[in-house]
Amino acid sequence: MTDQKSSLLKIRGLRIEGRADEKWFEIVHGVDLDLRRGEVMGLIGESGAGKSTIGLAAMGFTRDGCRISAGSIEFDGMELTSSPEEDLRMLRGARIAYVAQSAAASFNPAHKLIDQHTAAPVQHKIRTRRESEEDAMELYRRLRLPHPEEIGFRYPHQVSGGQLQRAMTAMAMSCRPDLIIFDEPTTALDVTTQIEVLAAIRDIVDQFDTAALYITHDLAVVAQMADRIKVLLKGDEVEEADTRSMLASPKEDYTKSLWAVRSFQRQQKPPAGAGETPVISVSGVSAAYGPVKVLDDVSFDIHRGRTVAVVGESGSGKSTAARCITGLLPPTGGDIRHNGQVLPASFKERSKDQLRQAQMIYQMADTALNPKKRIGEIIGRPVAFYRGLRGADLKKRVDELLDQIELEPSQFFHRVPSELSGGQKQRIGIARALAAEPEFIICDEVTSALDQLVAEGILKLLDRLQEDLNLAYMFITHDLATVRAIADEVVVMKEGKVVEAGPKDEMFRPPHHEYTDLLLSSVPEMDPDWLDGLLERRGVDNIGEAARK
Amino acid sequence: MSTFAIVFYTLMIAASCLAAYYHRREAFLVLFSLTLASFLMGLLGGESWLRTVAIAIGLFFACAGLAYSFREFLAQTLPRETAKIMRNAPLTASFGLFVILVYVVAAVFAPVIAPHGEAEVIGSSYAPPDENMLLGGDQLGRDMFSRIIYGARNTVGIALLTTALAFLVGSLTGLMAATLGGWVDQTCGRVVDTLMAIPQLVFALLLLTIVGTNVVNLILVIALLYSPLVFRLARAVAGNIVVMDYIEAARLRGEKTWYLIISEILPNATAPLVAEFGLRFCFVFLAISALSFLGLGIQPPTADWGSMVRENATLISFGEVTPLIPAAAIALLTVAVNFVVDWMLHLSSGLKE
Repeated sequence: MTDQKSSLLKIRGLRIEGRADEKWFEIVHGVDLDLRRGEVMGLIGESGAGKSTIGLAAMGFTRDGCRISAGSIEFDGMELTSSPEEDLRMLRGARIAYVAQSAAASFNPAHKLIDQHTAAPVQHKIRTRRESEEDAMELYRRLRLPHPEEIGFRYPHQVSGGQLQRAMTAMAMSCRPDLIIFDEPTTALDVTTQIEVLAAIRDIVDQFDTAALYITHDLAVVAQMADRIKVLLKGDEVEEADTRSMLASPKEDYTKSLWAVRSFQRQQKPPAGAGETPVISVSGVSAAYGPVKVLDDVSFDIHRGRTVAVVGESGSGKSTAARCITGLLPPTGGDIRHNGQVLPASFKERSKDQLRQAQMIYQMADTALNPKKRIGEIIGRPVAFYRGLRGADLKKRVDELLDQIELEPSQFFHRVPSELSGGQKQRIGIARALAAEPEFIICDEVTSALDQLVAEGILKLLDRLQEDLNLAYMFITHDLATVRAIADEVVVMKEGKVVEAGPKDEMFRPPHHEYTDLLLSSVPEMDPDWLDGLLERRGVDNIGEAARK
Repeated sequence: MSTFAIVFYTLMIAASCLAAYYHRREAFLVLFSLTLASFLMGLLGGESWLRTVAIAIGLFFACAGLAYSFREFLAQTLPRETAKIMRNAPLTASFGLFVILVYVVAAVFAPVIAPHGEAEVIGSSYAPPDENMLLGGDQLGRDMFSRIIYGARNTVGIALLTTALAFLVGSLTGLMAATLGGWVDQTCGRVVDTLMAIPQLVFALLLLTIVGTNVVNLILVIALLYSPLVFRLARAVAGNIVVMDYIEAARLRGEKTWYLIISEILPNATAPLVAEFGLRFCFVFLAISALSFLGLGIQPPTADWGSMVRENATLISFGEVTPLIPAAAIALLTVAVNFVVDWMLHLSSGLKE
């Protein structure tokens, strides 16, 4: 579409090596990339695909312990791989800017936003401090930040995550660079905030005709942002095409498999009979951390063999509800029943059997498994603890469990967690929960730290286990695609209250509660026109307000 | 210029050139700076200084060679897992291990190695070294060498026991405080604050004066004084571990506190605790020596390096090195333990190189 525009960034045969165990390993195997002025290219792939590494290399930069071993990076006629550090420094910030995933970690908490904003233009002698401040306010206005005249004089902790991410984009714009590299800028944000940031980034890139590399693992996001998409796998290019043709007809099998992930969906099971006692029944539960009330009169039931998805933004109290059910945080009001029996508020007062019946699977498998224990011990402990099995019986049961989670027992029994991949660790977490032979499992964001393909495998496994063992799941998530895939019932939470609850099919069909509607409509779809359509429906100017409502 | 000087400089320069030629950067830097230093020494002090420098360099390389071969020896004989760790260990670590091994052997087999008894008077006081008394006699005419050997047993043994006791008490209470939290944590914390508020040596002197000086009391008092430091470390380390999800999972399983501490937390806290053990051991060792020097530590006629320094201190004014020998024994062990501790800290930090 922009054929007449001149080439800005030209990467040829780029190879990058990383150092591990005193050896160099190639992590990017000869990638080519062309970017014209004003064009946005999406780099997409799983973790370890090398997309961030390539993004940084476009600035002539490599992380510690990495080096560019071959290839050329030509930025506007200047060869970056052979340029002295001094020249690269003149380039970075002024003509190439970088927006990191976590704005909160990238701003210096000790300085005001505007001080950090003006540093680059003043340093590069593009603008004086005063001009730069005025420019900052203009950029804040264009990025639709509230109170553009005074927001710059706040400290990073005084503004929200989405605002901070926009302020960072403004900062990247401060020298009007030719190229901005966005490294997963919305991954850490809630869906409703993500919309604001996406719309703001797209507009400003458009207005200043800036070229951009947009790095993400979320296909639906990249579909909104990019003119062209490049798919990467383990440091190799899989394919590259215009966004529309790529979405319409992916050529390679790997790309197709990425596209297919979101298609996993199982049938909603019929609702439980009216007379059946729910496995877990939460009624009128309130809870507080000190004086701060975090749960207010929350009620829902979870039936045998069913999955209840609890959704909401961060801070909505969904994890707190789980802590109340497990007894880690005794509720201040209301009660939690297990098969009709009231459970003691604190886990310390619950019997061994009551504890056995409710198990938990955690978001971060890294911190959920003791790094010093072998897999056999991790899974074996609950078996020995609850059932008193020893020796050969114990080994046999652990082997069974490993079989159930589709890991080869002889290979994994003696390993430690650090020798496992993210998906395998999460499977061990599942096996540990199963080892207790519970009726009910709480899954706390179990797939959100995983790549899409791996996450799908975990969801399928959980689904199969539910079929086999008639388990009840409470599925905490902020990802509505996951909800669509696995839930029977949905509970929507906001600010510690249940906003709406009901069977999945009803929840995804209008009419919704206002907040549910906002959540649902904020989930990016694989349609390149989706963001435009949404903004039009909501009215461009009040998008920020709509999200805050 | 004498033949010695010529040979010496030729060797040094040749070695430097070889190191440079084979791109051994560190070796070259060490060798060549030694060469430059010996030029200076030769100019300033003539040949006698040069000989001293040559001996020092010789000793240095002997130690390095010893450490190198000891490391190889361990790497060859140990089982595979441990051998791999040893092969990557720095030379300082294997030197430290070797020195510690020598001390342990001396301590265990003291009666066999020592030619004379611990308190046996066999010559005149301050007798010069001869074939019978390798390092001469002390102020009562006892054999210095035998007393050094026995001293290893007493000083090192007592220091080891004391440190172990301090660690047992300190780390258990520390882990307990971190795991249970609440009032247990508060109580332990305030007791420790109180103990740490009083200067250590003064407090030790006070307590030893009250309970009387014998070996058991000495061990108990010093262990009491050092356990608060261990408590603090253990509590801080465990504080980072108890917030992990696997601890929460274990709690929700209904595990007892004892299981949590021993089986879930301790394995993850071992590395920093072991490193601290080595470091603390040196301090305890020095504290015992200091108390002995003040006359409140290990009582005569039991051989102890600290009191041996004090007893022979008068010889210093006559330019004799005898009182420095037990001091050197203390210094060498301290250095060796620190080498090993540095290495362990490095291992526990998880850095690959």
